[in-house]
Amino acid sequence: MQELANIFIKSIFIDNMVFAYFLGMCSYLAISKTVKTSVGMGFAVIFVLGFTVPINFLLEKFVLKPGALTWISNSFIDVDLSFLSFIMFIAIIASMVQLVEMIVEKVSPALYGSLGIFLPLIAVNCAILGGSLFMQERAYNNITEATIFGLGSGIGWFLAIVAIAAIREKIRYSHVPAPLRGLGITFIITGLMGIGFMSFMGIKL
Amino acid sequence: MSKNKESLFSSKNKKLLTDPLNDNNPVTTQVLGICSALAITVQLKPAVVMAISVLVVMSIANVVVSLMRSFIPSRIRIIVQLVVIATLVILVDQVLKAFVYDVSKELSVFVGLIITNCIIMGRLEAFALGNGVWKSFLDGLGNAFGYGWILIAVAFFRELLGAGTLYGYPVIEKLGLYEIGYENNGMMILPPMALVTVGIIIWIQRARNRNLIES
Repeated sequence: MQELANIFIKSIFIDNMVFAYFLGMCSYLAISKTVKTSVGMGFAVIFVLGFTVPINFLLEKFVLKPGALTWISNSFIDVDLSFLSFIMFIAIIASMVQLVEMIVEKVSPALYGSLGIFLPLIAVNCAILGGSLFMQERAYNNITEATIFGLGSGIGWFLAIVAIAAIREKIRYSHVPAPLRGLGITFIITGLMGIGFMSFMGIKL
Repeated sequence: MSKNKESLFSSKNKKLLTDPLNDNNPVTTQVLGICSALAITVQLKPAVVMAISVLVVMSIANVVVSLMRSFIPSRIRIIVQLVVIATLVILVDQVLKAFVYDVSKELSVFVGLIITNCIIMGRLEAFALGNGVWKSFLDGLGNAFGYGWILIAVAFFRELLGAGTLYGYPVIEKLGLYEIGYENNGMMILPPMALVTVGIIIWIQRARNRNLIES
């Protein structure tokens, strides 16, 4: 249990997708103009990361890892498919996003209304593929840990985009030097927020 | 194809190559491909390797998609593009692992993340799907150079100021600056300073080129 809480806290604050690894920066910069849209995008990311990381974990464990195919027959012990992981992960992500979009549209039209436009964007959000690749690199032990990691990273991304959107809404009323307006100042603010988030470094439960 | 009408390096084609270097830079103006641009710029070496990898993937992907542009049904084009890019990235990843293993370890997940690097997707969508092979190749090359020089500029400052070396060569030490009391700025190595460095590059660029200023 403590291990799980540790992974959760770590993935939200210390290994924050945006501030520590710069993942999902493109949509982070493009969609953070208002708080409302960024909340929608943030939820979509949590949602998709929470789904795709555990699925890719299963894929990694039962198909891609060296010797993973032994559950079919012992003669596959030498098979190493890990070079295929990029293409498999991205295929899973693209199809999962499509699937999630269809299910949400059917089950909850209200949620679809607020999330819908963001879902297709997410297939090419590097935070999602990054989540799966970090999961592979850090070799989590079981699917619970992988799910917690996925959700935690999503929540970390959510926090980051909502915070920057709130700041950007306010900074419109300040006197920013003209060449810095828009993109430039957003970069510098993100850098400062990153320094803030670094104070979480080294926290262990 | 346009080849018969205009020469290979007509002024229009040259513009495709030079525009992304400054006015229409993928990182500072189009806001594409930021993710990887920041994460691997602590030192020059990984930045150079990354820039070359993106150059290769991008120019080939642009050519391939441009060749197939009339056969790709528009509904599934994103998947087709992803498959093309992913295949190329796997090739690049295997080559890096074989020849420069230590750099490939350092780049870790970011080689894989070239797949979702929005520069590549963005240029495929915006350019290669609607233009001829040669033009798409030039566009890919130009944008990859535009991306590459920002990457290398950021890495140059971060490595020089943060670790006092350039491409692993101890410049500051050889210049003897440590003896007169110079200290490395450890802050530059930390991730947030990459963002600030890019912010400053954008500032300088827009101060010189006022058309780019956002209202």
